[in-house]
Amino acid sequence: MKTLRILWTSWVFHVKALTTSGFFVLISLLQPLIFASIAFYVFRAGHKPGTLLYAAIGAGLMGIWSSTLFGSGGAIQWQRWMGTLESLIVAPPAFIFVLGPLTVATSSVGLYALGATLVWGRVLFGVPLELAHPWLFALAVPATVVSLGFLGLVLASTFILYRNANALSNLLEYPIWLITGLLVPLSLLPGWVHPLSWVLAPTWGVRAIREAALGGNPLPAIGMCWALAAVYLAIGAICLRFFEKLARQQATLSLT
Amino acid sequence: MRVFFVGGLLSYRALFNWINPWVLIPSFLIAPLFQILLFAYIGRAAHLESDKFYVIGNALQYAAIPCLFAMGNTIVNEKRQQTLGAVLATPARRIPLFVGRALPVMANGMLVAAFAFVAGGALLGISVPLGAVAPLALVIVLTAFSCTGLGLITAAVGLRVVDTAVFGNILFGLLLIFCGVNVPLDQLPGWMSTTAQALPLTHGIEAARRLADGASVSRVGGLLAAEAAIGTAYIVLGYTLLRVVEFESRRLATLDRA
Repeated sequence: MKTLRILWTSWVFHVKALTTSGFFVLISLLQPLIFASIAFYVFRAGHKPGTLLYAAIGAGLMGIWSSTLFGSGGAIQWQRWMGTLESLIVAPPAFIFVLGPLTVATSSVGLYALGATLVWGRVLFGVPLELAHPWLFALAVPATVVSLGFLGLVLASTFILYRNANALSNLLEYPIWLITGLLVPLSLLPGWVHPLSWVLAPTWGVRAIREAALGGNPLPAIGMCWALAAVYLAIGAICLRFFEKLARQQATLSLT
Repeated sequence: MRVFFVGGLLSYRALFNWINPWVLIPSFLIAPLFQILLFAYIGRAAHLESDKFYVIGNALQYAAIPCLFAMGNTIVNEKRQQTLGAVLATPARRIPLFVGRALPVMANGMLVAAFAFVAGGALLGISVPLGAVAPLALVIVLTAFSCTGLGLITAAVGLRVVDTAVFGNILFGLLLIFCGVNVPLDQLPGWMSTTAQALPLTHGIEAARRLADGASVSRVGGLLAAEAAIGTAYIVLGYTLLRVVEFESRRLATLDRA
């Protein structure tokens, strides 16, 4: 019960804190709208208007990934800048109970992006918003958010050693957008990319949400999201333990 | 001359917080390649334009990253590090002081665009006529120049607001959508393609595409002149804004408060 309270309070706190950040609002709202607009114009000009809802969902997922990436990539660095990292690490609850809700909060804030791109598409581009399986859509969205959040946990736990890890996180935005099929069908990408796509949660998240919205069977993709979330959580816990120990040994914890 | 060259170089170096600048290599060299790949594949999925269209558009547009963000930060970081007051209290002439900081940033933008053009082209297997190489280099210089002008405006805004990253990201996104980078201008609504005529990049990208298709320099002279004129206008506007904001900050004693 105490653990649940920590997780819940921490998640709520970070969602509120991230929502007050202009940078996060931008990442979560404006950037996805820009990419959604480009995608709408490109698909419309390419005479494939039937793919507009497909593009809106993809652009929304792009926003969730950006929010997760920058939030989780910067999570450790922000704590360093604020001088709270050491306090959080020596606090009685395990650090993963502090960091996990934070990374899930970053992906949760990304939901603004999904909402924004769907509304944007409806209002400005006349994209139909009828969902084929509304209840499965409601199951697919949290599964996607949690799996992306725990992928963020893996990133955050490995970034603990590096003072400028947030610069590295810039590198991961476009490649993940590309290889997880958010706007480009995976079948267009070279075959060697596919195994990489399969181990990344956005691939299954976007598939789950699209199949729930456009029709199909989203349950296998939803299941994959939860399975990957469990794997990421395990990897994150191990990495966090290892890198935290290493950072203490090398005295790099508080270096900014 | 010392304020212009040495001051500008030191200011640029300070962008990296006095540590090894290798951390920016992912942002400047690798990220643009993935932007090119993403849009080239979106274009393939939509059957809209050739890979060459996306390589040229996105390579040139990525010059905006250093030109907007670094230009803004060379000034705004002084405020953050509380050295801006001392810098502005010096009798140094303002043109070399501010514009000198733009020079390394512009060089950075040119290198980023040139690298993205060459490496992106190699990745997607596009080629341009040999005779177009020198004119394309000129286009890269002009687009970096005009983007740096927009960066000066970002810097001026940064003297009045806390977070220039948000403003820079908005501008970057607007350039991406308005300037014909990924969507041909004739496929955009009229008001967007009209607005694009007054933005950096639009004419440079169009000129580069025509050159890559074999047009001569004389055929794109008008586009190059337009890009240069727009760049000059933004440089003048940015410099004027900086002076106005500096004056207002002195008058209202708000230099360190924003």
